Amino acid sequence: MDSYILIGFVAFLGAIFAGGAMLLARLLAYRSPDSFLKRQAYECSETPIGAARIRFKVAYYIFALLFLLFDIETLFLFPCMIIFRAVATGAAGAVTINLLYFELFCFIFVLFSGLIYAWRKGVLVWE
Amino acid sequence: MMSSYAELYPVNNFIGDIVRSIFPEPAAAIINGLLALLSLMALVGSLGAVLIFLERKVSAHFQLRFGPMRVGPHGLLQPLADGIKAIFKEIIKPAGADTFIFFLAPLLPVSAAFLVLAVIPFDHHLQVADPAGGVLYVLGVSGLSILGILLAGWASNNKYSLLGAMRSGAQMVSFEISIALLMLLIVMLSGTASLRGIVLAQQGTIFDWWIFKLPFLGILAFIMYLVASTAELNRTPFDIAEAESELTGGFATEYSGISFAMFFLGEFVNMFVAACLVTTFFLGGFHAPLFGLPVIDPLLNLIPGFLWFFAKAFLIVFLYMWFRWTFPRVRVDQLMYLEWRIMLPASLILLMLSGLFVAQGWVG
Repeated sequence: MDSYILIGFVAFLGAIFAGGAMLLARLLAYRSPDSFLKRQAYECSETPIGAARIRFKVAYYIFALLFLLFDIETLFLFPCMIIFRAVATGAAGAVTINLLYFELFCFIFVLFSGLIYAWRKGVLVWE
Repeated sequence: MMSSYAELYPVNNFIGDIVRSIFPEPAAAIINGLLALLSLMALVGSLGAVLIFLERKVSAHFQLRFGPMRVGPHGLLQPLADGIKAIFKEIIKPAGADTFIFFLAPLLPVSAAFLVLAVIPFDHHLQVADPAGGVLYVLGVSGLSILGILLAGWASNNKYSLLGAMRSGAQMVSFEISIALLMLLIVMLSGTASLRGIVLAQQGTIFDWWIFKLPFLGILAFIMYLVASTAELNRTPFDIAEAESELTGGFATEYSGISFAMFFLGEFVNMFVAACLVTTFFLGGFHAPLFGLPVIDPLLNLIPGFLWFFAKAFLIVFLYMWFRWTFPRVRVDQLMYLEWRIMLPASLILLMLSGLFVAQGWVG
């Protein structure tokens, strides 16, 4: 817990570092008279048509889902990986390395089949 | 896990010992902690300037130009001039932008870089904090910079920004998976998720570093990690999110003055952070590159660890800059193909193969 207090302090300092620069600029920066054209969104000198929060490609959504899946699965692997070396050298008691490796294999096999499924469904192609 | 104050706080042995000889124990520990934090602040503050200068000079010399030459000797003061200019420039908030998020977003990448640097072991005692789950922490915190980019794109109320941010986000999260799997590989080899523990596990000669210790697979993992981190940094050849010819400025189109400079700074400091992580995971961190030779090894060991660390990290930074002028930009579909059909299956297979190596006791 001790180290996380220090990290909290670092986060605080980081926020001050970045926020302070922004505040300094706010105090010092030049400000030209406000106008409609100055505030207009920059679209290479064309007048923007319609709202900017447009609909975007649905593929992003699928990749976000896949990311969630795989990233969380990798997090599940962390405890197994931390003890792996100790089990392999026989320093971790009852669990044998063959059993652990088999379990690891099953887990990654299921993960891999998910990837193959997504692949066969054609969601990994970006048109 | 409780670490002793002496473990946690000292800037390095030398300064730490002086402070401890002057002040009584609790005060000395706090002063040492503050010194470590201050050196981190100074590091990040000056790092941005150094890296931007390096990038411009390296780019220039790759193209047979001189780069900045006017401000100071060989343009050394150019980053300072740029910084002052950025502070005095007007920050324009476009109409319809979400004010709070618009000004919050530029702060996130820099803060994320700070937070990751806090757990990097620059030397035996030059580390602000060493949580037991350091690798998990790094994975979680580096997600903040992705968040900053997505928020910036959404808040700007600009179509280019939104599309650029979406592209960046999709690219960064995709390659994050490969990075996570390769980090798992390192955790498996080291038997610990603490960054300091990972470096200490690579003690010995150059052949004890994970890049060489794991026969053949180590170098493969190193190359894959380099590719994935380049993609995560949005650097060329994977900079489609900021492709000037397609999306103007990507997610940063509407940003000006210091808020743009913050994104820029965040990008560069994050490049250094990525290089630090490569150094920690594969290149033995603060250990000197020993070859097991009788006379040279003690000489190399005389050089302080943090100098070795910085030498290795800047070598990797130079590699990132080199990539930029060597490889042409890839298309978005090629990028996704690379991650989901090549890198992801390859890193899963790599993990299983290395597991087999460790289980059979083929790794030292």
